[in-house]
Amino acid sequence: MNEIVEGLVEAARLIVSLDSELIEITLRSLQVTTTAVVVSAAIGLPLGAWLAVMRFRSRRMVIAILNALMGLPPVVVGLFVYVLLSRSGPLGVLGLLFTPTAMIIAQVIIVTPLIASIAHQAIRDLWAEYHDLLISLNTTKRQRVVTLLWDSRRALLTACLAGFGRGIGEVGAIMIVGGNIDNATRVLTTAIALETGKGNFALALGLGFVLIALAIAVNLLIHTLSRTESSGTW
Amino acid sequence: MVTSILPLRIDAAVVQRRGARLIGPIDLTLGPTGITIVLGPNGSGKTSLLRLMHGMERAAKGSVAWAIPETDARERRAFVFQTPTMMRRSVTDCIAYALTVAGTKRSEARLRAKEMACQVGLEHALERSARVLSGGEKQKLAVARALIRAPEVLLLDEPCANLDGRATREIETIQGDAKAHGTRIVMSTHDLGQAARLADDVVFMLHGRVHETGTAEKFFAAPSTPEAHAFLNGQIVE
Repeated sequence: MNEIVEGLVEAARLIVSLDSELIEITLRSLQVTTTAVVVSAAIGLPLGAWLAVMRFRSRRMVIAILNALMGLPPVVVGLFVYVLLSRSGPLGVLGLLFTPTAMIIAQVIIVTPLIASIAHQAIRDLWAEYHDLLISLNTTKRQRVVTLLWDSRRALLTACLAGFGRGIGEVGAIMIVGGNIDNATRVLTTAIALETGKGNFALALGLGFVLIALAIAVNLLIHTLSRTESSGTW
Repeated sequence: MVTSILPLRIDAAVVQRRGARLIGPIDLTLGPTGITIVLGPNGSGKTSLLRLMHGMERAAKGSVAWAIPETDARERRAFVFQTPTMMRRSVTDCIAYALTVAGTKRSEARLRAKEMACQVGLEHALERSARVLSGGEKQKLAVARALIRAPEVLLLDEPCANLDGRATREIETIQGDAKAHGTRIVMSTHDLGQAARLADDVVFMLHGRVHETGTAEKFFAAPSTPEAHAFLNGQIVE
């Protein structure tokens, strides 16, 4: 119990003193995860809509695989990306291993199935509702996908926030491909793992509370900006 | 000069779903003017017939032929469903959607949508979410969305089925205005009073087939089949 209280005190001290290292790793956490979520959304949202609207033979199989990929073990993803980006790997020439870019790639692989799957569920329900109307208006397939994406934007925002939550709290993959290098690839989660390993529980807990506060703040900000709960039934 | 999409000729058309016959064989010709009312008990195939006309159901056998090629004809028809689909948009944007997907610029589409909304009596709800409208208002919005493209043929599937008398009268007034502007209307209903008020001619459906057709005057005065006679007398026809 004492350690939790000490952790809260440490978190408050870090925030109040505007600890430069805390700010640096917090900003890096935000940069890596936000970039990964943007890339994942660009891939996952149209993919989810496309799967909802299109009918093809192996559709069920693709959806089942996509849903299964939501539970991808981050450590396995990290290992996979490590092998790809290591000097002897197929993409080793790019020199991306142990850089924030490698961490973004790993997070994109982890977050994309989550966003695509949630998007697919939301858009599938809306498609069932809109189907006859959009067919009767002679819309093209592209117009249907765009319409469904736009009209389910609130649910898709939730999908992106779920992706952000998964990414910002992820440690296994980015530890492997980022290496937790000070001033280069250290982020909140890897710093917590490091401080825990060193026995600095108060600092680790403090960073943990900062991480939770950051996740809540981002969610609140997005909901406020998009006026999710203020526009009635749309 | 714009060529009319009418007449519509349906020859021995059969609609099937998973191998089972839904309606047909249907033989029917739709002339260039007036209001055709498709009558019949529940499950007689009224909705399927309208969907066949609009191209939302394909004929497994037989043919459905408009006077011009289908790719052109489909742009000049509109459909109103029994349960209107309300998009997650404002009333104006819901109506404008029908124009924007047809290539009209959004600003112009919204302008015309507002005019159309006012015409059907939705001027008080232009920026309100379409989903919070009353049943009658939703149906008026659906009719406005269908009419904004100025279709030559308007197909309505029991548009007043869940409405009270006042809302029904408002929808009928909108239909009357559309007819006066030259829109050919085909509407299904099982409300005999509404059919008698609106119909120029009648298609009576039973068991997935056209059981009887004729002018409204003749149909209501002296139906030629005992089933139509029984239906008009309020008896249960199976």
